[in-house]
Amino acid sequence: MLEPWLLLTLVVFLPTAFAGLIAVMDGKATEALRYTGLFGTALTMVASVVLWAGFDPQLGMQMTATIPWIPDWNVNYAMGVDGISLPLVLLTGLVCFLAMLASWSIEKHVKGYLILFLLLETGMMGVFLALDFFLFYVFWEVMLLPMYFLIGVWGGPRREYAAIKFFLYTLAGGVLMLIAMLMFYFNSGRSFDLLQLARIGQGLVPEYAFSQNFQIAAFLLLFIGFAIKLPAFPFHTWLPDAHVEAPTPISMILAGVLLKMGGYGILRVAYPICPYGAQYCAYGVVALGVFSIIYGAFAAMAQTDFKRLVAYSSVSHMGYVLLGLGVWTVSAQADNAVYYWQMGVNAAMFQMIAHGVSSAGMFFMVGVLYDRVHHRDLNQFGGIAGLMPHYTGLAAGIFFAGLGLPGLCGFIGEVFSVLSAWQYDYVLAIIAAGGVILTAGYILWTVQRVYFGPAYKGPHPEAITPANSRELFVAYTLLAFAVVLGVFPQLLFNIMDPSIATLVRDMDTAYRAMPPEAVVTAVGSTLVP
Amino acid sequence: MFDALLNQLLTDTTHTSLRIFMPELLLSAGIVLMLLARLFGVDRKLPTHWIALWATLAAFAVALLYFFDFTNADHGPVEYFQGLMVFDRFTACFRLGLLLFLVFVITLTVLSGIPDQEDAPDFYTLLLGSAVGMMIMGGANHLLMVFLGVEMVSVPSYAMVGFLKGRKQSSEAALKFVVYGAGAAGVMLYGISLIAGLLGTAELPELADRLQVLYAGGSATLADPTVRILTLGILMLLVGFAFKLSVVPFHFWTPDAFQGASAEVGGFLTVASKAAAFVLLVRVLISLLAMPLGDQLSAVYLTLGVGIGVIAAITATYGNLTAFSQTNMKRLLAYSTIAHAGYMLMAVSAMVVLMSASNAGVSNGLVIDERAARAVEGLLYYLAAYLFMNLGAFAITALIRNEIFSEEIEDYRGLGYQAPVLAIGMGVCLFSLVGIPPLGGFVGKLFVFASLFDAGFVHPAMWGILAIGGLNTVFSLFYYLRVLKTMFLFERPAGARPVRVPMWSTAGVFVLLVTVPLIWPLGLHVQLVSRVARSAALALFP
Repeated sequence: MLEPWLLLTLVVFLPTAFAGLIAVMDGKATEALRYTGLFGTALTMVASVVLWAGFDPQLGMQMTATIPWIPDWNVNYAMGVDGISLPLVLLTGLVCFLAMLASWSIEKHVKGYLILFLLLETGMMGVFLALDFFLFYVFWEVMLLPMYFLIGVWGGPRREYAAIKFFLYTLAGGVLMLIAMLMFYFNSGRSFDLLQLARIGQGLVPEYAFSQNFQIAAFLLLFIGFAIKLPAFPFHTWLPDAHVEAPTPISMILAGVLLKMGGYGILRVAYPICPYGAQYCAYGVVALGVFSIIYGAFAAMAQTDFKRLVAYSSVSHMGYVLLGLGVWTVSAQADNAVYYWQMGVNAAMFQMIAHGVSSAGMFFMVGVLYDRVHHRDLNQFGGIAGLMPHYTGLAAGIFFAGLGLPGLCGFIGEVFSVLSAWQYDYVLAIIAAGGVILTAGYILWTVQRVYFGPAYKGPHPEAITPANSRELFVAYTLLAFAVVLGVFPQLLFNIMDPSIATLVRDMDTAYRAMPPEAVVTAVGSTLVP
Repeated sequence: MFDALLNQLLTDTTHTSLRIFMPELLLSAGIVLMLLARLFGVDRKLPTHWIALWATLAAFAVALLYFFDFTNADHGPVEYFQGLMVFDRFTACFRLGLLLFLVFVITLTVLSGIPDQEDAPDFYTLLLGSAVGMMIMGGANHLLMVFLGVEMVSVPSYAMVGFLKGRKQSSEAALKFVVYGAGAAGVMLYGISLIAGLLGTAELPELADRLQVLYAGGSATLADPTVRILTLGILMLLVGFAFKLSVVPFHFWTPDAFQGASAEVGGFLTVASKAAAFVLLVRVLISLLAMPLGDQLSAVYLTLGVGIGVIAAITATYGNLTAFSQTNMKRLLAYSTIAHAGYMLMAVSAMVVLMSASNAGVSNGLVIDERAARAVEGLLYYLAAYLFMNLGAFAITALIRNEIFSEEIEDYRGLGYQAPVLAIGMGVCLFSLVGIPPLGGFVGKLFVFASLFDAGFVHPAMWGILAIGGLNTVFSLFYYLRVLKTMFLFERPAGARPVRVPMWSTAGVFVLLVTVPLIWPLGLHVQLVSRVARSAALALFP
């Protein structure tokens, strides 16, 4: 078994090492470059599985490693993994590997593409494994640069606009996060350690305390920053543009992994550090989630661009994540309320993973069609089932996973988050459940318009050839994961539940321990040494 | 008695002063050599830039020696030239950084071929001359030297801006620069005379003591006429600095001057003269603020600090917003330097606000000093990063100009694929200017923002300024990214002049030398530079 710090570092920086290797290779040997990139992502995936093999769900945060980075500022290279981050690390490894397989369709500047792709993977892995707020922030921002160029250079016709919009939105969120980071730093005796900050926020460190107003302000800053990434309703407008213009593999990564960083950030940073703020804003979080579900579903229904439809479906599906995260009631029956909230958070996490599989699959399926006919107009499709039967079968499976058909992965997350919401507010739960019907509506309608119907009458009918083995491999893998997660959700819950239970219980205890009529001190009432 | 005095003066000068002054003397010797070389026609055989480069390298070596000498022995400040100048770790660091930068600039001018052989002695004389002025600014310990240093930098700058003699635009830029500069210098001199007249001394370390005597017993508010004169003096002094730093509303010369000047000169002036001005500004302000007093003047100083902060916020916002619509690379960079002067001025304002709190006795002086020192540390770190990122941006602009004879952003289309080393180097510099990790600009900005946040505990307005600073980061992304977009998102149009700068050419290596430090050590190995910056900053708070 490797040293923990070495293993974590490998998971994060293997892609960077391969990016360096590709940088010194000959730019004209495209096949060799692609295979090197594929090998890099495969090796990273293996490393993340090794991480899983050494993981004990009962231990909570483990394999932690802290190496001083900027001692004068108390910044550490601190990493670790727990039940919340591990599934996302595994998902990142998988999606990046499959997206790399899907990257064979990239013809232009292959070398630059692969380097940026691998740097992007490093950024994502780093975000999920960092335990130091500064490090987390660095990885969070590092990921922006490759993403900008990946959309901007290899994207569709409106790629400039989409790329800069993505960059500006995320940077704005990042700045809010930066301010929150400074707030924590100066009120915690200069610490960036997320675990230490969480202890302070939960009132477990006698020397320092985050007052209630402070927690609300910090939670709002962080929440907006993460909601942009998630994306939740008013901050989502970058997403359809970015998705539509990005090349297929990058869309897969965007939907499969990047959006999860928002949810992960809420669970890792915003919630544990600001329990009071989280409880204060809980209703808003749930309401925003429900609104996103309905809004995203209606917006998806109105699209004629296939990819845009899938993009809006992401807005809708990520609404369930917010819904599950927010259902925290503080009632006299403490255990009962916490039980439902724990279920909600579990559902939110599950939904993130499930959406990572299903939406990556949906984008891939759209990409397979687009590679052949070079358009995405839903109204010009039809009859694909007759021309590409094998592909159509797989696509239907993956779209049903997105729809939330029982037995596939999408079902579990949606049902559990709606179930947990019933206890919280049954009106919102009913509305959210209504979203399921809308989802079924637009997905079935889409499947019908694209795959069934008499015959294909759009442009390039001659180009429609059966899917090749590479495409089939990607599709089968994703469908397999959709089925496995749908039938054996316990596989995932077993990893996540102990960590989530600890988080939920700690936050609930912390909130109860807060004096209800506490003297609300101004943020800056104390001078910090 | 007179004899003894003379003797003491002599030993003092030869034993201490001239030794410490050695790097400046070496540069001056270089200037004389260059002029003599032309007189005797040696410059036909030995290109002038070699003399300039060797003089600078020699000065750099000596400065490095003093730097290590000073950090090891943990000296206190040494006053030399009878108290006109001071040498401490702060000066040592600045001098070292400046000379390093000068080496880079001279190398760049050799690479890009501005100036030609005919003009070289003139150009390098001006360059080294203004560098000597900057070093004097870095070590000034007397209000007279403050003015002298500023003028010694300004006068060669005017000539350098107008150095492209044949071009109308360049002459116009120089004229504008001179007129503004002369005006600002006059106002500054007036301010200096007010302060010196009120306090009866022009020596910086004395100022605080005199203030203490003047306002002993009782708080001093603006109702007191002497306080009004003092404030007026400080404000007029600040006008001079504001001009040098191109702070709104004294920025009007900046875009014209830097568009008209060659990119090499632009790179030199935007970095070196700003750094010198900031270093001097910090020293002068600290000399006025370092008073372990009750609440005398603290309200005045707090207002001053917040006022500087507001001006800084306006400057940053103005610079970033006006940069949006620029189509010329040099003009865009000129506006960007205005914005960055704003960010750095925020650090100064944080320092002033924190120090005004120490006067109010909010917390014990030592801790406040440590926090104020962090603001200065942040400023120095920002300057260190700024040195590389701004020089890099100007240098790459110059190198591209040599290939395509254009500085219009529109003409950069597709450069990313034709000259990757230039385009990626530009990318690193511009992203560092935006403040994206893991680049040096991010760390500098973070340090400045951290100090601003800390100053917010003294006055909440600083949090507002921090928010504006954060917002500005988002604004600025847009126009920096436009340059990169042009370079990477389009193919090079057919028929455009080709750019051939391979990575392993002299120019390519130069670009690597300037841009790689932004990633390592400035971005990743922060400790290396921040330790030095910290020790330099703490030297100001004995």
